[in-house]
Amino acid sequence: MSLSKIKFDKKIVLSFWIILIALIVAAPTLLPVFRLNLLGRYLSLSIVALGVDLIWGYTGLLSLGQGIFFALGGYCAAMYLQITSSSEFPNNIPEFFALYGVEKLPFFWEPFRSPAFTFFAIWIIPALVAGLIGFLVFRNRIKGVYFSILTQASLLVFFNFFNGQQKLINGTNGLKTDVTQLFGQMVGSESMQRIFFWITSLLVIAAWFFAKWVVKGRFGNILIGIRDDEPRVRFTGYNPVIFKTIIFSIAGGLAGISGALYTVQSGIVSPQFMTVPFSIEMVIWVAVGGRGTLLGAILGAVFINYAKSLVSEALPASWMFIQGGLFILVVTALPEGVLGWLQGDGPRNLLQRFGLKRKIETYPSLEVKNKEGNNE
Amino acid sequence: MNNKDLLNLIDITVSFEGFLALNKLNLNLKKGELRAVIGPNGAGKTTFLDVITGKVKPTKGEVIFKGKSLVGRKEHKIARLGVGRKFQSPRIFENLTVKENLEISVTTPKSPLNLINKSIKDEQINEIERLMKIVNLAQKVDSKAGSLSHGQKQWLEIAMLVGQKPDLMLVDEPVAGLTDEETDLTADLLKSLSGENTVVVIDHDMEFIRRLDSNVSVLNQGTVLCEGTMETIQKDKKVIDVYLGRPEN
Repeated sequence: MSLSKIKFDKKIVLSFWIILIALIVAAPTLLPVFRLNLLGRYLSLSIVALGVDLIWGYTGLLSLGQGIFFALGGYCAAMYLQITSSSEFPNNIPEFFALYGVEKLPFFWEPFRSPAFTFFAIWIIPALVAGLIGFLVFRNRIKGVYFSILTQASLLVFFNFFNGQQKLINGTNGLKTDVTQLFGQMVGSESMQRIFFWITSLLVIAAWFFAKWVVKGRFGNILIGIRDDEPRVRFTGYNPVIFKTIIFSIAGGLAGISGALYTVQSGIVSPQFMTVPFSIEMVIWVAVGGRGTLLGAILGAVFINYAKSLVSEALPASWMFIQGGLFILVVTALPEGVLGWLQGDGPRNLLQRFGLKRKIETYPSLEVKNKEGNNE
Repeated sequence: MNNKDLLNLIDITVSFEGFLALNKLNLNLKKGELRAVIGPNGAGKTTFLDVITGKVKPTKGEVIFKGKSLVGRKEHKIARLGVGRKFQSPRIFENLTVKENLEISVTTPKSPLNLINKSIKDEQINEIERLMKIVNLAQKVDSKAGSLSHGQKQWLEIAMLVGQKPDLMLVDEPVAGLTDEETDLTADLLKSLSGENTVVVIDHDMEFIRRLDSNVSVLNQGTVLCEGTMETIQKDKKVIDVYLGRPEN
């Protein structure tokens, strides 16, 4: 990588941060609450996208089941909110239980009375579930497309289970959070939503720094090594199973945080979070933004979702076509994603095509020679 | 088998659905020895390395390394015991820089916690610098390994192998695609490594093997056909029949 290119990369990263921070600071005053709330939701989705980038972009694990961990985080948050706001309902338990004749709180709800427990449960429970699934799969050396199919199958198992448990978690109706209370305020109220927006913004930045810390240095290099040539990593003395389990677990934890933030801003968590298309969309955000760039994941999640809501308002039926087209365009024309294209030779090639920039300085024949290994 | 041996392969048989890739192969290596292994295509040379490094589990037989059995151990455990391997086509991490590739190989212990918590030790940085000088890659420290020429990739992989500090180095076709000059340098490098390390070199290139000036084992149809110095095996009738070929008359 040449020096000018590194400078260029730094410029992209820096300008991105300036835009993002300006956006976050300006948004609460510029945007109406409805739009602000949408932006907050999409920012929270960028955290699950960061996790997808860690496991897919860096480690090569294409998971189609991140919805599991996303939903688990959401349920943890919603259970806490429901239970702390249930004092006026019969038996002091959440209202929906009465519909199914349940009088005693199911045992696993009990710990969610504690805000401290909930605070940790939101990310530790999804991380543990991810770690367990991951360990079993990786230990048996299941990889590639088989891994993807397995994660999608797990997603369906979780979806069907949550969908059917009316008496435990209100089944297909999900748990509503917007009319619950937090610190004496209604969760769905304008002032609370503004606070959630700030919390989400800060957590996106924190999650980015965390992900950056994970992939920099030798740990991140091993992840890239596993993606590019796993047997080679083994023969060098590293155990890929442990590394893959750790990174899958981290992605699960990020998904949980993302799901909790999304839940409190959208007002409900339901098994719909675990549908197959939603988990595939997460992968699309990262693919479009740029795999293995971290920033691309954030950009992809926010912009695609914002575009989705704008397009859906104007032309209700057309979004799926646009999203599909976008994905095909990226796969065929920009395999590195938008950010990968910007950081690579993309802009220069485009300018060359219109004759606005000189061609590469060296002779192509020299480059070919080097590739074949005929070094003099 | 005696105590000076670093590695003993005893009656190794590997059967792939009835096809015998290795057939009652016996081979002993002394500590510090340099050994060349040759044989025609399909003789089982690569399977022989796969068995030692744990990639393939032998159907029958025993692999004893430093007094311990290697059969049934995972690849990374065998690597940590001190068996290093260089692959036939250079397998380096192309998306990482030369330095990062070497960091991966010299790092100990190879646990996630060590990698994420601690920065690289000074002696490991010194070791990387030493290795880069040996293989002439000092100027390429921060280049992506994928941008190196074929010969440089081969050398980087050898440097990675040395950086792992294995007691036993298994080197599969290190001079494939190298120029004559590079081939000579590689032979000298491998010779200098033996003594302190035990080195097994697999190759086809007879000139290169001759230059190694070591004991040679000839494999054929999954078993050791003949062992000895280059002169001995070149005169061996069986070897001439299967491998070197009779001079046309």
